[in-house]
Parts: sequence; structure tokens; C-alpha cells
Amino acid sequence: MENIRVLIVDDSSVMRKIVERSLRQANLGIEQILEAGNGAEALGVLNHEKVDLILCDINMPVMDGLEFVKQLPTVENAKGVPVVMITTEGSESHVVQALSAGARGYIRKPFTPDLVNSRILSVLEGKQ
Amino acid sequence: MSTAQRHPIPADARESWAPILELSAREVFSLMLGAELGTISEPQAEQGLNITSMVGLAGSLCGLLSFRCSSKSAVLMASKMLGMDPGSVGDEMLDAAGEVCNMVAGNFKNKISGMGDGCQLSVPTVITGEDYSLRALTNERTIDVRLIFEGCPLVFSINLHN
Repeated sequence: MENIRVLIVDDSSVMRKIVERSLRQANLGIEQILEAGNGAEALGVLNHEKVDLILCDINMPVMDGLEFVKQLPTVENAKGVPVVMITTEGSESHVVQALSAGARGYIRKPFTPDLVNSRILSVLEGKQ
Repeated sequence: MSTAQRHPIPADARESWAPILELSAREVFSLMLGAELGTISEPQAEQGLNITSMVGLAGSLCGLLSFRCSSKSAVLMASKMLGMDPGSVGDEMLDAAGEVCNMVAGNFKNKISGMGDGCQLSVPTVITGEDYSLRALTNERTIDVRLIFEGCPLVFSINLHN
């Protein structure tokens, strides 16, 4: 894998930086990391950018992660792009909701960088 | 937050929540900051805890989870979370305090059986300063957990509404 472009969607700038740091430290072939503060902002980014992977929080203002995932198929650039949820919401029903909405993976906070990287790796390998 | 159904949790079950809150905090610091929290062996002065972050709980558990720390602690937390030099940390310290509170709240509710689905969290709010009084519209006693991070006290509290 190389030249991977990732979109991180989280209302917490600190969490975006933490995830970005995890991605940079791993040997995942990351070329560019884009950021958005909520689902609506992310849809706007995807209207003019193509990415290979989306990492998304659930609890966000304006548009939450579940609604964002549901609306993704309406964006041409986002068709087939895998989404991994990264969130404090760890109940079974949240996982089911996320996967039913179209998410490909689920990571619960707090997490280790190794966990994030292994989940991302498996999702990206599954895509290829 | 309107979708959460209320299933009141027995008051006696809450007696055991202090250790769960402590474990939740320890896990967040261990996994996200690579830091082990110490135990307070004797009462410590809590002056200087000038950063308070709060996350509201709604649904099967109503109330407020708050986290108090000093600016020095918040800078160190941001530094460890983001891999930054402490001297270059700015507003990130407030975001870090809010995110720690958010993760502790999420971790806490996920550890209580039956809570994950029925309890929802607000986005975190962070306030600075010590000269204030906090009145949450709760009517049960507060659960407090005091721990040490890099030599400085941290206080995690839950105010519950019956």
C-alpha cells in the first residue's frame, strides 16, 4: 500500500492530532491526511477530494458520524471508501448501528496506536 | 439525546462505582498518554486545580462527570497525548482536558452493565479558573476519585441525578 489518503472526522482537534500521529508513526504508506470537524464538513471535503479511508467519530455537533456514514453514498468521490468509526460510544447497539449504516470497522476510545493501525491495515487490505 | 430510554439503576449498585471510575481514568491515561496514575496516600491541597472539564450524562444515568486539574497537568497531558514539547503546548491543553474527560466518561459508562446503550454523553465543556461554584441539578451524592499524575492531583467526580 502506498500513497494512501485519509480523512479524519472528529470535532476534537486533539483527537484528530492523536489519530494523525498514530497514522504517521505506522508504516501504512500515508501520503496525505485531511481533516473535518463534523459530518457536514466532511461531506464538503469529499465533494472535491478523493480519499482511500475515512476515520470518523460518532458524537459530533452539526452532523454526527452515523448520519455522515448514511449520506456517504450520495457523494460520488466517497463511493466504496471504507469508514472506520473511532468513538467513546462502545455499546453493542452503537457498533451495530455503525456497521449497519455502512462502517467497515469500529475502534473504541481509549485505544492504543497498535490497535488503530491493525484495524486500519485490515480494512485497507480488505479493500484491495 | 431523546432516544435513550430511562432504566433507573438501583442506588446500592452505585456504591461500587468509585472503583469503576478510577479504573476508567487509569485506563485512559495508560492507553492514551502512556502514563500510570498514582494513588493519593494522604490528603493533598486542591488549590491550583484551575481547569475543569465536564461531560453531561443523559438517559439511564443522568448527571455530570467532571474532571479537575492544574494548568501544569493539562500541559503535560497534551504533551503526552500529542507528542509535543510541553513548552510548545498552547490551547491544546484545554482540548486535551476535555478529551480526557470525554474518554473517561465513555469508558466509565461502557464498564457498567446495561449502561452503554441507555446513557448518552454530551460534547465536553472546559472552563478555566478556580473562583466559581458549580451547581449541577442533581440530587444524589457525588462520587469523587482523586489520583496523582506526574506529582499533581487530579479529581474525577460524578454528580448523579436520581
